[in-house]
Amino acid sequence: MKAIDQVTVTFTSRSANEGFARACAACFAAQLDPTLDEVADIKTAVSEAVTNAVVHAYPDCLGQIAMRLRLFDGGVLEIQVKDSGVGIPDVEQARTPLFTTGGEERSGMGFTIMESFMDGLKVRSQPGKGTAVTMRKRIARRAGAPK
Amino acid sequence: MPITVTSRDSALTIALSGEIDHQVAREMMDSITDAIATRLPAQLVLDLSGVTFMDSSGIAVLLRARRQLAHSGGALRVVNIPAQARRVLDAAGIGRLISLD
Repeated sequence: MKAIDQVTVTFTSRSANEGFARACAACFAAQLDPTLDEVADIKTAVSEAVTNAVVHAYPDCLGQIAMRLRLFDGGVLEIQVKDSGVGIPDVEQARTPLFTTGGEERSGMGFTIMESFMDGLKVRSQPGKGTAVTMRKRIARRAGAPK
Repeated sequence: MPITVTSRDSALTIALSGEIDHQVAREMMDSITDAIATRLPAQLVLDLSGVTFMDSSGIAVLLRARRQLAHSGGALRVVNIPAQARRVLDAAGIGRLISLD
């Protein structure tokens, strides 16, 4: 399937960029005329994915995070957050609710929230090479919205 | 730091505001921890009415407050929860652990 529109932004794994990534994804999604709830869902899922990369991918240094936003026919938004960090040794375990290696600063609910706020979630990871989290959400066209 | 602390009798109210994400969560946790340790409230009310965004970092803030209060026999109530924060708390099933109004 070919993307109708695509934007990729790359930023340093600084916590300050979590807010930037949320705003950026919300701006890109705006062309789909989403509801406020849908925008909130997208911002929340992006925040979780980017925070994971900031906290876990580069534990002792700063690295680069790439967020690719794509739009497909039928109002499907795809967001991929990719890093070249340490990777996740056991993806299934990482996706388990409440599991975290981040201590009491983290709740272990990141993947659970991404799953429940988006329509699909894929996690690919290779230890030592990095992680790519790909999420999709279909934004329904609202009655009366311009075509 | 966007937190406001007020106390009355044995209850302590802390109003949080702004965006609660990983960037601000640590500082927010530390301020709440200090307020609890200083006043040892029988009840802590966390007022989220001014919260414009919250992700799972906010859940960690609430769970830490709950844990700390449990040590001193205090109770936690979370009130005035905006819709987006409510969805995050519901997705994580936090209502089973913390009283959400």
